[in-house]
Amino acid sequence: MRRFGPMFRKEFIQMRRDRLTLGIMVGIPVIQLLLFGFAIQTDVRHIPTVVLDESRTPVSRDAVAAFENTGNFRIVAHVNGRDELDAWIARGDAQAGIAIPHDFPRDLARGTTATIQVIVDASDPLSSQAALAAAAGVAQVRNLAILSAAAHRDLPLETRVRPRYNPGLRSPNYIVPGLVGVILTITLVLVTAMAIVRERERGTLEQLIVTPITKTELMLGKIAPYVGVGLIQMTTVLLLGRFVFDVPLTGNVLLLYAVALVFIVASLALGLFVSTLVRTQQQAMQASFFFVLPNILLSGFMFPRQAMPAVFQWIGALLPLTHFLKVLRGILLKGVGVAELWQEMGLLLLFATVLIALSVRRFQKTLD
Amino acid sequence: MSHSAATVEIRHLTRRFGSIVAVRDLNLSIAKGEVFGLLGPNGSGKTTTIRMLCGLLAPSEGTAIVAGVDVREAPDLIKERIGYMSQRFGLYEDLTVAENMDFYGGIYGLEGAGRRGRIAEVVKFLGLDRRLHQLAGTLSGGWKQRLALACALMHGPAVIFLDEPTAGVDPAARRAFWSTIKTLAAQGTTVIVTTHYMDEAGRCGRVALLSQGHLIALGTPDEVATLVGGKTLEDAFIILQERDEQEQGA
Repeated sequence: MRRFGPMFRKEFIQMRRDRLTLGIMVGIPVIQLLLFGFAIQTDVRHIPTVVLDESRTPVSRDAVAAFENTGNFRIVAHVNGRDELDAWIARGDAQAGIAIPHDFPRDLARGTTATIQVIVDASDPLSSQAALAAAAGVAQVRNLAILSAAAHRDLPLETRVRPRYNPGLRSPNYIVPGLVGVILTITLVLVTAMAIVRERERGTLEQLIVTPITKTELMLGKIAPYVGVGLIQMTTVLLLGRFVFDVPLTGNVLLLYAVALVFIVASLALGLFVSTLVRTQQQAMQASFFFVLPNILLSGFMFPRQAMPAVFQWIGALLPLTHFLKVLRGILLKGVGVAELWQEMGLLLLFATVLIALSVRRFQKTLD
Repeated sequence: MSHSAATVEIRHLTRRFGSIVAVRDLNLSIAKGEVFGLLGPNGSGKTTTIRMLCGLLAPSEGTAIVAGVDVREAPDLIKERIGYMSQRFGLYEDLTVAENMDFYGGIYGLEGAGRRGRIAEVVKFLGLDRRLHQLAGTLSGGWKQRLALACALMHGPAVIFLDEPTAGVDPAARRAFWSTIKTLAAQGTTVIVTTHYMDEAGRCGRVALLSQGHLIALGTPDEVATLVGGKTLEDAFIILQERDEQEQGA
């Protein structure tokens, strides 16, 4: 293995000089972290809302205030007719409308059911669901308050929900640990594949194979530097997550790094595999993105896997990232360890072993 | 020429790809310090021959002994004793001249003071001292070729293979390169050049003409030229090749 050293050193010098590679390695983590951390909030709040209050009474104004106080609705205008309300929603200037009819205070006073209509633009399911849930919640809370006042007794039943591990229900706590896995997947598969294909594309591989370097030395020297790259990226994302987004690092971080190492090896093997399928760096990039997309969509990084049809859950289970995400969230958010995560860790080890065996064989064949 | 003095001894070397015979029963003996030209058009079998001599491709029949190593028995060992310079620049353009040499020194198993000493020697021999910290990609064709030769010589190989070494290089650099090659050969390195440029072929000590996978002429450039009545090497080459194709076709 004495020729591993020169190969490894050469790879580092090239990595430092190659702007595209450096950009991918440094740019992807930073941009993704900022995008997912700041821009993407899966909890929808402050939906722009217009109000049509036909009764104009203190009770109707109380009702509107109750909606506003949930934080889900932001009143942007008061309108005077149904047509005007519809026009606001049709234009997209408002996503919800609250209509309180003339007889609202009368029905309320009489004790018959008083109606408030909430119109929601459901073309965006995520925000309309938030609006629907909040509207239902407002009605329920006010119903209970009115009923318990009328009956002169406390509420008979209450559910107390305790959100464990992420009590503030903050998106970054969920997204940032997942981001570690996604970034490692993107960079390691893409950069490794490109680094290997570049040797072939530029004709430098042709020169290398007439030297005494063995296939194993060539391959290891080529991919080993990227293990270091992966560890640095992971550390960067974790530190930024901790200090910029206040994401807790609850569990055993050393254990996390040990598992990450296994995941990194699996990703490098995939990169090696991609490099055997393509001829040019451009193709390597396209093939890598083709591979990265299902990882983002099906691994449970953004969309819960329980909600997917069984077929896609199965496909997701074949991705190393799916299992690594469970480990990441388990260790970082829940503070759990080997006792709870041994299945995922075992699967990752299996993936890494199988992938490296397959890719190495394929790669060695392409050298002949 | 006695067989023991030969650095490259080719015996009944044959290579088939399916039903195609790329190299057919080739026999050649190349002495230490010789500058030997392997000539032939594309598809004549010269590339296949070189690949077998470099240990990259196993012969179907026959064998070759290169620098004391049988290509059938120890193809990997051969790579430690030969240098190879491709017509396409195969070094790292994003590394400097010094970094490329250091890398190849390491790949050829040189370490520490030994590597530094050898690099200094090669740098001096090829006059690369003022280019050491220049990126290889920014060198002119002639300097790239020198650097490629430097890297191929790093381990002091017994045999060096040059594949159309002066294609795309200006005449002055070409002349300088060939004078370096002559010096190298005089110091005992065997040089094997593959080419279809008659200009390069004329500078070899001996040439072998290949056509359709077999040998059609062997000798000094002058001897080969007189074979067909004292014409130029280029004329001889064309006449011999046409004759061979007619014979094969007949």
